[in-house]
Amino acid sequence: MNFVTPDFMLAMPEIFLLSMICIIMIIDLFLKDESRGATYVLSLISLIATAFLAFSNYTDQSLSTFNGSFILDPMASLLKISICIIVIGVFIYAKDYLKDRNIYKGEYFTLGLFGVLGMMVMVSAGNFLTVYLGLELLSLSMYAMIAMQRDSIMASEAAMKYFILGAIASGMLLYGMSMVYGVTGSLDLATINKAVSSADRVVMSFGLVFIILGVAFKLGAVPFHMWMPDVYHGSPTSVTLYIASAPKIAAFAMMYRLLAEGLADMHADWQMILVILSVLSMVFGNIIAIAQTNIKRMLAYSTISHVGFIIMGFVAGTQAGYGASMFYAIVYTIMSVAAFGMIVLLSRAGFEAENIEDFKGLNHKSPWFAFVMMAIMFSMAGVPPFLGFWAKIAVLQEAVNSGLLWLAIVGVVASVIGAFYYLRVIKVVYFDKPMDETPLQASMDIRLTLSLNGLAILAIGLYPTALITLCVSTFA
Amino acid sequence: MFSNLPLLSLVIWTPIVGGMLVLATGSRNGVEAKVLALLVSLATLALSIPLYTQFDVSLASMQFEELLPWISSFHINYHVGVDGISMPLILLTTFMTVIVIIAGWEVITYKVAQYMAAFLILEGLMIGTFAAMDAMLFYVFWEALLIPMFVIIGIWGGPNRVYATIKFFLYTFLGSVFMLVSLLYMYMHAVDVNGVGTFNIQDLHKLPLDLTPQIFIFLSFLLAFAVKVPMWPVHTWLPDAHVEAPTGGSVILAAIMLKLGGYGFLRFSLPITPDASMTLDWLVILLSLIAIVYIGFVALVQADMKKLIAYSSISHMGFVTLGFFLLWKITENTGSASGVVLGLEGGIVQMISHGFISGAMFLSVGVLYDRMHSRMIKDYGGVVNTMPAFATFAVFFAMANAGLPGTSGFVGEFMVIMAAFKANFWYAFLAAITLILGAAYTLWMIKRVVFGPIANEQVENLEDMNGREFFMMLVLAIAVLIVGLYPAPLLEVMHATVDNLVAHISIPKISQ
Repeated sequence: MNFVTPDFMLAMPEIFLLSMICIIMIIDLFLKDESRGATYVLSLISLIATAFLAFSNYTDQSLSTFNGSFILDPMASLLKISICIIVIGVFIYAKDYLKDRNIYKGEYFTLGLFGVLGMMVMVSAGNFLTVYLGLELLSLSMYAMIAMQRDSIMASEAAMKYFILGAIASGMLLYGMSMVYGVTGSLDLATINKAVSSADRVVMSFGLVFIILGVAFKLGAVPFHMWMPDVYHGSPTSVTLYIASAPKIAAFAMMYRLLAEGLADMHADWQMILVILSVLSMVFGNIIAIAQTNIKRMLAYSTISHVGFIIMGFVAGTQAGYGASMFYAIVYTIMSVAAFGMIVLLSRAGFEAENIEDFKGLNHKSPWFAFVMMAIMFSMAGVPPFLGFWAKIAVLQEAVNSGLLWLAIVGVVASVIGAFYYLRVIKVVYFDKPMDETPLQASMDIRLTLSLNGLAILAIGLYPTALITLCVSTFA
Repeated sequence: MFSNLPLLSLVIWTPIVGGMLVLATGSRNGVEAKVLALLVSLATLALSIPLYTQFDVSLASMQFEELLPWISSFHINYHVGVDGISMPLILLTTFMTVIVIIAGWEVITYKVAQYMAAFLILEGLMIGTFAAMDAMLFYVFWEALLIPMFVIIGIWGGPNRVYATIKFFLYTFLGSVFMLVSLLYMYMHAVDVNGVGTFNIQDLHKLPLDLTPQIFIFLSFLLAFAVKVPMWPVHTWLPDAHVEAPTGGSVILAAIMLKLGGYGFLRFSLPITPDASMTLDWLVILLSLIAIVYIGFVALVQADMKKLIAYSSISHMGFVTLGFFLLWKITENTGSASGVVLGLEGGIVQMISHGFISGAMFLSVGVLYDRMHSRMIKDYGGVVNTMPAFATFAVFFAMANAGLPGTSGFVGEFMVIMAAFKANFWYAFLAAITLILGAAYTLWMIKRVVFGPIANEQVENLEDMNGREFFMMLVLAIAVLIVGLYPAPLLEVMHATVDNLVAHISIPKISQ
């Protein structure tokens, strides 16, 4: 067997990020609490540089290295850049929140960066093992991040729940992978795809079901959604921000790598499963969200419904469908990070703006951020001209194109149901009187980032062409 | 020298950008906001006048067209234009917005800048809806205008405003999403037929469709537009929304937003699904007649003035939908297509006229409400003794609402009833009943509120209208009289377009 030196250049962003994490960890050891800002700044710089490297690495072909276990294609580059940008936003939103609660430790940032590394590996995975490696790197980082607020019973419970359920899901995923491996004799996704047609369908179907189970758990699709409300609710908002945003992009990439690239020939088999997941997620997510009074739980259920839409674009099994689904995933993270950013904005030392009621009378305190909140909520509800509308259009169009008209109708009805609880938040923000006169205390960087984030939802909504074209052309 | 200006885009975007500027003033007492809002609305009105003066009435095609690529992956364009149907409605919008800004001048004291900005942005979005020639652009405007209206009812509305505004939003949202699915379906169908998808409304008019998909598309459109018009039985949001909305909100809602539904029938339902419209025209006629008669009786028993006018609006909008869908019954009955134009044009005139009259009626209630803080008929009586000028206008608009000849209310209703006669005697009979009913509920309300002895001390201390209120009423009264006495210019504008529409509808889309 010849030993060929792999092309390290393709994995340059990951390698760079890993080196930076190691350096940051060492530097952080020597920092006192008051100079923790250095870790924060270094983390941001690493993320910006990583995004830049991913951008400069862009290629319109699909290249692979490390014996096919690492793939660099347009989707990988685009998603890596998105992940880095989103996590930059997460870190900026999280900083003051962490300070106020005495959990402003270097670990939050290093673990967060390890998670980013895991997501980037998932996005570029060309092999079952790389998928699993990235997934576990991400998951373990998140378990630890949730548990960082160790005096909080809620956070410990959330971490424990997430860990146990996540471990089961990972086990299921591995089980499915082992079955596919048993039939096809390969862990390499491209090889598996070639072998599917001649493989034993029964065992392959078993393997497929378990793999989808693992993916659905990561995405949080019904009926594998149970962990999400508890984890979103129990985690410190700084961590919920993280969990709720970028990992969904990675989960989409995982779904794409496993199902669309590895098991494309079994499209007929996984399409129906995904349709069911999609319908259940959209319907249950939106209906249960109505009953929530805690905004983090409400957003968790809202996420579940958005996952249903992401899957809806995916079921078509066409290049345009994957593009629409990816567009939705990116749009979702932009909205989600902004929504949790609003919670951070309203929170202050000793006060968690966790309940929908805590948003009462925001229009009195700050008309601008009331508008941002309105933009986020209408965008999530899919009301034009905000960004979320175009994401819904894109996936609905793909559902209609693939002959699943009824799925599109279920989707729009679910989004009408969903509109109710988003409207309720706007009602609280605009129509109710504030409960107290405490002014907003968030610092300038959060205000600025959140304003940009809200403006992005409006501006990209007014002119979505660039982002849509980017997502669609990725798969063409 | 101004021929190269994108006039229509200016009319759409001036109020929206102006509204954002008004928001940016953020002033405490709101004087700057009010003055700026008035200037913006007047500028928009001025900009919209060339749409009329430079309009070529002999053309049936789109005028002032603008086409810019917007979202190329879905073939969605920023495509706007006006024809004889949309142009009068755009002028109505720019006109009524000025009135509404003036109406809120002294009355609104809470978050003035936001109030004014909401109305300006709403104006731009409504004009955009009337002008959009791309179905997706239409949908974006159509949905987006729910946002300012939601906020207007929710912030400045009455005690039960939250319920009313959420009901309003959800009803309309539910109605429209099915239209969205239909549009997506037709896009895909256009890919099958022409090889390239389209949202261009004029291309959709030409898109061949079989009867079954046509019927589903027609029903989805019907749901969207019937909620907006509103038609029985999906009208229940309207009384709630009207009662809770501030005066300005009621005026815009009645005068313009209801017209969007009627406009949708003309722009989408009839030309895109002519065969389904023909098959199901009985359904629309039935719902219209129920609205005209049944809702007329409902209006009779209302104790709340705003609710009464809201029900009267539903009843009057029944004339509009009735007029639009009479054409096949007329052709069937008389054997010729000579009378069909009458129904359509009558419906359009009725929309314009109802815009003025209902707006004026809600303003009248607003004038009383600002003084007495009650909308209940029983709290009033003998207002004429203390407010003679107001009483004059109130009686005049009530007469117009009842369809008195010489007012605009007469023209549209008369044309629709004439058309109904050609179609079927009983349609005309039922529709004509409403002339009696309309007179009954409107004049009875006026009798109880305006005439009679002075009911209580509060009425005794009422002050008559000030110059601002007098001006609004006067302008509207003049508009009602002009359309009523000399409707020819209005009809002339729409002739070519309506003829063209009728010609298009009469060609079946399905292969025989």
